[in-house]
Amino acid sequence: MPADLPENDPWRGLRRSTPARIGLGRTGDAMPLNAVLDFQLAHARARDAVHTPLDADALVAGLEGLPHLQVRSRAPDRGTYLRRPDLGRRLDPACLELLPQGGWDAVFVLADGLSATAVQHHAVPLLHAVLKKLPNWRIAPVVIASQSRVALGDEIGGALGATLCAILIGERPGLSVADSLGVYLTYGPRQGRRDSERNCISNIHPSGGLTYEMAATKLAWLMTEARQRRLTGVDLKDDAAALPAGPPVAEIEG
Amino acid sequence: MGRYASDFRGERHIFRDLADLLAKASPPRSGDELAGLAAESDAQRVAARAVLADLPLTRFLEEPLIPYEEDEVTRLIHDTHDTAAFAPVRHLTVGGLRDWLLSYEATSEALAALAPGLTPEMVAAVSKLMRNQDLISVGSRCRVVTAFRSTIGLPGRLSTRLQPNHPTDDLRGIAAATLDGLLYGTGDAVIGINPATDNVPNCIALLEMLDGLRERHDIPTQTCVLTHVTNALRIMERSAPVDLVFQSIAGTEAANAGFGVSLSVLREAHEAALALKRGTIGQNVMYFETGQGAALSADAHHGLDQQTVETRAYAVARAFSPLLVNTVVGFIGPEYLYDGKQIIRAGLEDHCCAKLLGVPMGVDVCYTNHAEADQDDMDSLMTLLVVAGTSFIITVPGADDVMLNYQSGSFHDALYLRSVLGRRAAPEFEAWLERMDMTDRSGRIRQLAPQHGAMKRLLAHEDSNFAG
Repeated sequence: MPADLPENDPWRGLRRSTPARIGLGRTGDAMPLNAVLDFQLAHARARDAVHTPLDADALVAGLEGLPHLQVRSRAPDRGTYLRRPDLGRRLDPACLELLPQGGWDAVFVLADGLSATAVQHHAVPLLHAVLKKLPNWRIAPVVIASQSRVALGDEIGGALGATLCAILIGERPGLSVADSLGVYLTYGPRQGRRDSERNCISNIHPSGGLTYEMAATKLAWLMTEARQRRLTGVDLKDDAAALPAGPPVAEIEG
Repeated sequence: MGRYASDFRGERHIFRDLADLLAKASPPRSGDELAGLAAESDAQRVAARAVLADLPLTRFLEEPLIPYEEDEVTRLIHDTHDTAAFAPVRHLTVGGLRDWLLSYEATSEALAALAPGLTPEMVAAVSKLMRNQDLISVGSRCRVVTAFRSTIGLPGRLSTRLQPNHPTDDLRGIAAATLDGLLYGTGDAVIGINPATDNVPNCIALLEMLDGLRERHDIPTQTCVLTHVTNALRIMERSAPVDLVFQSIAGTEAANAGFGVSLSVLREAHEAALALKRGTIGQNVMYFETGQGAALSADAHHGLDQQTVETRAYAVARAFSPLLVNTVVGFIGPEYLYDGKQIIRAGLEDHCCAKLLGVPMGVDVCYTNHAEADQDDMDSLMTLLVVAGTSFIITVPGADDVMLNYQSGSFHDALYLRSVLGRRAAPEFEAWLERMDMTDRSGRIRQLAPQHGAMKRLLAHEDSNFAG
């Protein structure tokens, strides 16, 4: 809420009830310049989140010595990535040999998705929080993936021979939040898995979204259940009522 | 399904079949490239247009793009084709139709009489031979008038959907956004919410709140909660106040199945809504949304380019005499429409093609943050669309939809468009604005001071109504 609203602002009460841009005022037919600039800044931040490349070195520094490796999809650049979601779902063939086949319980993939900013800010703290809750799991090297859609985790998990793949990925930025992180969990990852075979935790960010601790609790619960029941997707979601409440689950992207 | 070949200005081009010819003739867009259907070069695109121009319109009646036996939308198109209405243009080629549509003979009356004689494929084909200017010119001549509590589509009018969405469906927050919009004179097409939680009890709570607000202030408009048609059926069984039944639709049976609907369930909902008899001046009770890319994203496009398959959705719409239809043109994402140029072209195509088929088309002038588009592109598109006579546009507070996370039109945009292009709200709604003392002598929406009567009546009442 802008600081310079008059004392008798009739929207005072109602403004608290919605994040929508209500009661902006006008000059003639037009929006006041302040409101225009607020909007432009929000849009600029959202676009920067989409187009800023993932800083893999910064992510690696945050991993504090955890084994890791880097891969990329078949989309060579951002423009192609946005036009061709199919390429963002497939691994660059040159990256396949980097992935060590092993008896991993789970692999964590940190992927740029549609907001590298979200991954840059939130993926590493969330990863550390969830790893603390998974003692005695055989965890594959952390995979950092660029120009990646959700389904790239299927090919990565499949090549590693991992039982579960959890991909931490940037969600499509809105004007109010440009750095929202999502997690998609897939049991038995392999190319061709459907979105209905995944579980999703969305809206992980500090502006009124899920905290790292809440998200880590949910994710560890889902991973434990998925391993025991040997599945993810719609059938697992039915039991999730016992979980702490969070914002509504967004639609699966890409 | 013969091949189509041409020697166009010294170059030989071959097209596999009618669907391939239509796809190759389409202006470039990312969705057709994603589907592997787009022209391989700009020269091939123009050659395809030359072949298309010489094609007789009757070819589209002889050669369905999706087999009659396989697809109920094809059956609907062919079974309801009005041969008497088609007679005046029966002898024409696609190029001949383009020329006729732009001639002075193509008056509003002639176009309205022709609409039942045209099929979506003929209309999609001719649009591929039209520049943006032609789409605007022809669109502006089409008159499609519908009514419920207000009249949509009259000459010189521009209606608006007021879309007061909220990320958690907070009733007070939705009421606040609704009042904000009413104070800009928007909402004469519909006050319509996309619910964040799509279940029956929540939708009923939203409907009752909107209906109460509408009744309290005696607003001559209609309300709608945009939930799935099967939810709407259950909501009507529970006697909740349903004005309009909403559904997203597409141009093939398989794509509609992806939305969880069929023609029979739409028919059932249409009849149920008619039986409520809630309209005061008209009985158009359906509201549909469409958008290029919907069929491809459901993998149900049958090899058709996205604009042709989109146009088939308008045949579904017109079978149910809707009050409102809008394309969500920039919403589906850059993999279908990449940038401002593609979104603008598609918005004009969707509007013109729907109107030629007799569908009351409006447009959600919008974009997402991963598309190469911004407010300047939307300013261009909305201005062009109002010149083209769009039935309505969608408006949200400050152009920012905080639930669906995309940018649509703003309440201010409605003021701008009505001012600069001299358009007015629906007549019933305009009279209400006058009664509420919200317009000045020239018909402009006043900038109300907090102590103004209308402001107090609307705001203070609703604020206390939802207090605590």
